[in-house]
Amino acid sequence: MNTTTEERVIDVTDLRRTYAGGFEAVRGISFHVGKGELFALLGTNGAGKTSTVELLEGLAKPAAGQVRVLGHDPYSERAAVRPRIGVMLQEGGFPSELTVSESVRMWAGCTSGARPVREALELVGLARRADVRVKMLSGGEKRRLDLAMALLGRPEVLFLDEPTTGLDAEGRVDTWELVRALRANGTTVLLTTHYLEEAEMLADRLAILHEGRIALTGTPGEVTATQPSRISFELPDGYFVGDLPPLGELGVTGHETDGQTVRLRTPELQRSATGLLLWAQEAGVELRRLDVRPASLEEAFLQIAREARDGKAAEEADAVRTKESVA
Amino acid sequence: MSTTTLTTPAARTTPAGRMTALARTELTLLGRAKGTLVTALIVPLILPFSVQATVKESTLEGTGVNVGELLLTAAVGFSLLFAVYSALVTTFVVRREELVFKRLRTGELRDQEILAGAALPAALIGLLQCVVVTVGATLLLDLGAPPAVYWAVLGVLLGLVIAVGLAAVTAGLSKTAESAQVMALPMVFVSMIGSGMTVPLEVFPDRLASVLELLPFSPVITLVRGGWTGTLSTGDALSALAVAVAWIVVAVFAVRRWFRWEPRR
Repeated sequence: MNTTTEERVIDVTDLRRTYAGGFEAVRGISFHVGKGELFALLGTNGAGKTSTVELLEGLAKPAAGQVRVLGHDPYSERAAVRPRIGVMLQEGGFPSELTVSESVRMWAGCTSGARPVREALELVGLARRADVRVKMLSGGEKRRLDLAMALLGRPEVLFLDEPTTGLDAEGRVDTWELVRALRANGTTVLLTTHYLEEAEMLADRLAILHEGRIALTGTPGEVTATQPSRISFELPDGYFVGDLPPLGELGVTGHETDGQTVRLRTPELQRSATGLLLWAQEAGVELRRLDVRPASLEEAFLQIAREARDGKAAEEADAVRTKESVA
Repeated sequence: MSTTTLTTPAARTTPAGRMTALARTELTLLGRAKGTLVTALIVPLILPFSVQATVKESTLEGTGVNVGELLLTAAVGFSLLFAVYSALVTTFVVRREELVFKRLRTGELRDQEILAGAALPAALIGLLQCVVVTVGATLLLDLGAPPAVYWAVLGVLLGLVIAVGLAAVTAGLSKTAESAQVMALPMVFVSMIGSGMTVPLEVFPDRLASVLELLPFSPVITLVRGGWTGTLSTGDALSALAVAVAWIVVAVFAVRRWFRWEPRR
């Protein structure tokens, strides 16, 4: 994507963040987000998503590197940036004894050009809970309240840190629709998530963070295309991988075995699957727990975690593989 | 720049507006926190009478202090310690641990506005109490009108600022809401005994007294008492002012340096 500097609403260059104990949570990342774009930061817990977003929001000062939001440093030029952005933190931050509408009213008093309280609550479907104390809200309702406050000042740039964590399926869909509508109206959105389908559906572009670095970035399509498709199954007792047709001829580029379980990687899913199934039919073999999966963001995501682990400690690899059934 | 809305360009918030919004919320919350409210409202009004019960005229002999004056300074001191200092240590820690401060810092409020706005209701209650006990003491204890009331007013105002500042410092050192009250105790006790609130500093040996005069609330009590006795010399008043201002400077420095806006991870 070719965006000029003027259009770069968020511009991050070689950003680093080190905590007091010396832990380096963000280790030199660069990316930019254009006006009206929706950019997703993906990563496992501890990958550095929140640490990064907090730097973009101006809550902390980077150890090194540069952040520009709407052309300003969000930390040292807080007063110039804050009235134009909306922030949804990952959790909490409401006095539990306030009601929903009291919380929003307080925030409205601190927000330039705030929407009416009622309108903000209707936007996120919380209007009927207006007089309920915050401590009585469910986790999902608290996320909605959070979102209402982030949207209160009609921000040009919206930071959403795991906006749908804790929401039920319906709430998640509601939030997605709302975020899409905001984007359609020209709001620039940066969101973090560990729900891959969320990023796949919403994001124009995304970056996968791993251990404080960007492991992979691009459009969801570009990122997915870097990954092979996967086939996994269990061979009956007495059969071994060697009994399969030569894997190279099936288009398979890699395989793993774990007892009777076999996992194949292939860039040509149809060819590999057809070859495998024809062989099974002719040999009269039942492939139990057969799972055929096209390349997906999830694969890309898991692959990054896998590579990192393999690189880290070879002897740990076997132990880890057995636990690989990550959601 | 505005994307979708038909409204006119939005009016920017002002520091006063932002702090008012925050102070109003804190007042609502204070009204709902019965325990804190009782401590803040009742203790400073009751405690002075226990002082009256224990202090005998004889202990004050030769100090030039009468029971009425001691009671008055005790009441003002207790208001500052309980209604303002102690209450705010808890408020600051709870808001931090609830991540309220972190959230407030994502908005347009500046850091000093957050602390000032959150402290405003407690400071006003403290001020109100000082006025109430002063009027009450004047009427009930036959103290008569204060000859140098300006020193007393100045002392109370400085005392409020010191109490707020020290509360923020103490909150920075407290890890949880439970430990916050324990962390506040040393300052409360030391001030009660060593700042002239319950025991006039004249009772102590000169050398010790001149050290105790440097405690944060000592100049406040000196000024308040001076307002009533009218015997405070300009030199003594100025040195009390200097000590008070020094503590405010120290508190501001310590808050900027050590105050934490988020819980420890």
